[in-house]
Amino acid sequence: MSWYKRLVPPQIRIESSSTRKVPQGLWIKCPNCDTPLYRSELERNLNVCPKCQHHMRVSARERLAMFLDEQPRQELIVGLAPRDFLKFRDSKRYRDRINQAQKETKEKDALVVMQGQLHGMPLVCTAFEFGFMGGSMGSVVGEKFAQAAAVCLKERMPLVCFSTSGGARMQEALVSLFQMSKTAAALARMRKNRLPYISVLTDPTMGGVSASLGMLGDVQIAEPGALIGFAGPRVIEQTVRETLPEGFQRSEFLLEHGAIDMLVPRGEMRDTIADLLRLMMNRSPRARDA
Amino acid sequence: MNPDFLDFEQPIAELDAKIRELRHMGAESDLDLDTEIERLQGRRRALVEDIFSNLSAWQVTQLARHPQRPYTRDYLSYLFSEFHELHGDQAYADDQAILAGMARLDSTPVMVIGHQKGRDTKEKLEHNFGMPRPEGYRKARRLMQMAERFRMPIITFIDTPGAYPGIGAEERGQSEAIARNLEVMAELRVPIVSVVIGEGGSGGALAIGVGDHLMMLQYSIYSVISPEGCSSILWKSAEKAQEAAEALGLTSERLKQLELIDEIVEEPLGGAHRDLEAMSATLKQALAKSLAELGALDPVALVDRREDRLLQVGMYQT
Repeated sequence: MSWYKRLVPPQIRIESSSTRKVPQGLWIKCPNCDTPLYRSELERNLNVCPKCQHHMRVSARERLAMFLDEQPRQELIVGLAPRDFLKFRDSKRYRDRINQAQKETKEKDALVVMQGQLHGMPLVCTAFEFGFMGGSMGSVVGEKFAQAAAVCLKERMPLVCFSTSGGARMQEALVSLFQMSKTAAALARMRKNRLPYISVLTDPTMGGVSASLGMLGDVQIAEPGALIGFAGPRVIEQTVRETLPEGFQRSEFLLEHGAIDMLVPRGEMRDTIADLLRLMMNRSPRARDA
Repeated sequence: MNPDFLDFEQPIAELDAKIRELRHMGAESDLDLDTEIERLQGRRRALVEDIFSNLSAWQVTQLARHPQRPYTRDYLSYLFSEFHELHGDQAYADDQAILAGMARLDSTPVMVIGHQKGRDTKEKLEHNFGMPRPEGYRKARRLMQMAERFRMPIITFIDTPGAYPGIGAEERGQSEAIARNLEVMAELRVPIVSVVIGEGGSGGALAIGVGDHLMMLQYSIYSVISPEGCSSILWKSAEKAQEAAEALGLTSERLKQLELIDEIVEEPLGGAHRDLEAMSATLKQALAKSLAELGALDPVALVDRREDRLLQVGMYQT
């Protein structure tokens, strides 16, 4: 770390460039290898840098669009919106943060749920929207996730979740903490009924989301290079007063330490999960492309 | 400053010093100071009542973390007629930040699991300031599952700043350890009663706090993040902890209003540490009552009820 970065208080230090959103524009510089990339070509490559394979962040809707079959698709549980029941105010009011996030993302909150098919197999898929207050989990995220699991139970379908989240939403205080036990209870019901749940951890999945629905998959998948953990790296650094090891809390590190089942590049996500689910649901193998 | 008293309690400490001085004088001379002492004691009672009737969220936070606040181990001999500590996760280590064992509440066998802080420096280090690592949560899970096999109700005591944010803890799967406990506790076919006795620090607290009846001692706190952590993230400054405490609504009173907890267990005047025996007696009564009620449910109804409770938490617009 350069000397001037050390002078800046850690809480206002700017996160590494990889955490920035993909900017709008014709050309985009890969935040990892700095290669200039043509936007439409990058999108064709599912927002993965063709040079260095860096997996850029994508919105919830982009994620669902690239994962599910084109037809049929139906968004579920669309009406729910957050409520500032504590009149929470820090440097900004929670109400204002909600309004701003809704304007910026065009989402009501940080989770989108869709029912659809994956290579012809019906399933429910949920995806976090990191742009909505860091994908934080409050009442709406918890309720939508629990209802998504309930749909799976009723229709006997598997559930897939793509998480990307900073953790629990502080502005909903203890209510947000209890979304951890809520989503875990919803998944416990699925488990009891032997319905598969596949958790896909994408960059970043931390805190209360990682320590609940994130780590409860029957199969745990991570995208390459994703930051995944309970405590944030800066908090750990400040606590243990040591430099963190290279690659700490990255997907590859988690695989090595036995925390996840597999690393799956974005381009192989559909096929891999389709195959896994067919095995877990005891279905015949999907038709291979000629 | 009297270190046994918090900053807002210093007027009480000053009165105590005066009373002590008068007693000393009375013993050494023939003066009759009894009426004066009695008068001061009356004033002391009124002062304590006045201070404690109007505590801010930050003052409650300080009480919840009071250096003399009773910890899990302090309650054991008062609440239970037997206690047999059980150690380790049988995979990696025995995490001393979580204390667990079989006990007897009156005649009923129970499994007791609680966070354990340390009193002096040596103890604090041994117990890692009450911040568990994954093996602590896995020890808790192992013993809760055993409790289910032997149909023992589970009592948990929550008192932690949070799960330990360390390199090894992450390497051994802190997130998974917490998540798995949440899932397992949702389904255990025995009653689970949890009591926040001091600090309920986030996921590290919840990981042994999912159950059928959630109580808080009057001056304990329960929060998604510490006021300090909230202050540094949302205010970008470490100095707004008092405001953060207020905003987070982490007191038993506020959380009961929000219907997030089931019961407040009243503390003796001045807090649990001023009269451990009285505190324990009240707590024991509350535990026994709640276990008796939950014990009347059959295991299937119990789990259904718990799941429904867990699933209905949330406030949103439809």
